[in-house]
Amino acid sequence: MRLYLNYFLMELKSQMQYKTSFFLTMFGQFLTSFTTFFGIRFLFDRIYGIDDFTYGQVLLCFSVVMMSFSLGEMAGGGLAVFPDLLRGGELDRILVRPRSILLQVIMPNMDFSRLGLLAQAMIVLGAAVPASGVVWTLPNVLVLVLMVLCGSVVFFCLFLLFATAAFFTVQSLNFLDIFTYGMRDFGRYPLSVYGEGVLRFLTFVIPLALIQYYPLLYLLGRKDNALYALAPLFALLFVIPSVLFYRAGLRNYKSTGS
Amino acid sequence: MIEFTNISKTYRVAKRQAGMKNAVKSFFSREYNDIHALKDVSFTIGDGEMVGYIGPNGAGKSTTIKIMCGVLTPDDGVCVVNGRIPYRERVRHVREIGVVFGQRSQLWWDVPVIDSFDLIRDIYRVEETRYRKNVAELTELLDLGEILKTPVRTLSLGQRMRCEIAASLLHDPDVLFLDEPTIGLDALSKFAVRSFIRRLNTERGTTVVLTTHDMQDIEALTERVLLIGRGQILLDGRLGDLKKQIFGKKIMEIVYQGPLPALHEKMTHVESHPERLTVSFDPEAFPVPAAIAWFAANTELLDVSVTDLSTEELVAALYKEYRL
Repeated sequence: MRLYLNYFLMELKSQMQYKTSFFLTMFGQFLTSFTTFFGIRFLFDRIYGIDDFTYGQVLLCFSVVMMSFSLGEMAGGGLAVFPDLLRGGELDRILVRPRSILLQVIMPNMDFSRLGLLAQAMIVLGAAVPASGVVWTLPNVLVLVLMVLCGSVVFFCLFLLFATAAFFTVQSLNFLDIFTYGMRDFGRYPLSVYGEGVLRFLTFVIPLALIQYYPLLYLLGRKDNALYALAPLFALLFVIPSVLFYRAGLRNYKSTGS
Repeated sequence: MIEFTNISKTYRVAKRQAGMKNAVKSFFSREYNDIHALKDVSFTIGDGEMVGYIGPNGAGKSTTIKIMCGVLTPDDGVCVVNGRIPYRERVRHVREIGVVFGQRSQLWWDVPVIDSFDLIRDIYRVEETRYRKNVAELTELLDLGEILKTPVRTLSLGQRMRCEIAASLLHDPDVLFLDEPTIGLDALSKFAVRSFIRRLNTERGTTVVLTTHDMQDIEALTERVLLIGRGQILLDGRLGDLKKQIFGKKIMEIVYQGPLPALHEKMTHVESHPERLTVSFDPEAFPVPAAIAWFAANTELLDVSVTDLSTEELVAALYKEYRL
């Protein structure tokens, strides 16, 4: 563990070297996603609810998905270097070291400017917690924590899937962005607003609804089945296909000549 | 002990022709070329051996090394290194091997060498006392003293290669794989690297597998040579035996005065310049003293030198013979 801490510190140090750049990026991140927040704000100036969710409830969705995403991306965003590692043959070097491959890729590529996004999500959460009309009992708080944590795992898996695709094709697959950044944008509203088909897709294929829509219904007291509260845990099943795909990719690794 | 049994590895490469039309076509239906990097390759390398692995570009050298390191999985066959299958038990396997990719650095570019060493110590979980001892020893043997505190990016290639080799040995590996360790080095650095590797092999008993295009590496380092071409092992043997077997001839160069001397019927003409002549002959059929006597009788002989075929020429001859 000390090793990963060292990796982590080395990276933090070198990112901090460029202090102005670091804080400007963080601020920029903060600002750009704040516009989407205002988007919701102004929307609700005109209407009272979307699909019988109030402003506060939508904000709750928004902040949960934002937090999940920023945590998931802070760890998983570094995996975007995978195609470069493959093309440059640097993966060979990583493979001959007796440590986890994923951690060796993730640790030096952590992006701390995502903290800006996280801070913002927390502020919005601060606004949403009283406005959502949820009674904040201990179980409800735990469900919220579960939503965020499992959500970040789901987002991490999406980044992993995205990176693994590089094993099978040398071209970059930008259209896959809809599954990472697109999911973040989708998740701003309770997923039922997109209709039955999308909801089903986001339940059984990419389990975004399991960390957002279903537990939200529980928090709002619309469903009291414990399954709704524990839905985020089922989302963790998403790890299995992701890891299998990653393993298959690794087996398929061809390396580049030297 | 490294056992390579009936290993095959094939790469599938999409066929592409130039031009937009073909690019569009290939989007819909693609044809593939199978490239057989290795075809049914088997060999065994014992503990403490030093083996040179040669072959032209694209012969399968790197693929072999990468399979032994656990980077690549063969399509067919089994590779066992020290009782383990590298690509199955990657983490445990790589803890016991050292790898130097001549063209790829394992050091962190912006930090002093010693910081990289520290990080490698943590990666391999090397005990502190052992680590200190190894660093001290390697520093002395590879003459790293001053270099250790310098950032890698400011090192010369020769300095960097010495650091790379040191870095790959910090965890006392049993086997060391060197992929073109002397590529691009000047004569002095090559010499330093070679003598270090030789010492490592004799003193620590480390098994060394080395690929190279530099025949002097082979000559200076390895007893045993494996020649690979078109994915197959073509030759496996001692360098001296190979020379004798493939090309047991002597090369004689003479400096003379006057007209070009006639050749004995058992000599083959290799090269001639004004007042300089090179011939080759089989010493079994025509001994060296007889050759000297022949020239002494036929021309005004000023100087004679007799050499074996150089390794470089040997390998060139081999490549030609096997049409590589």
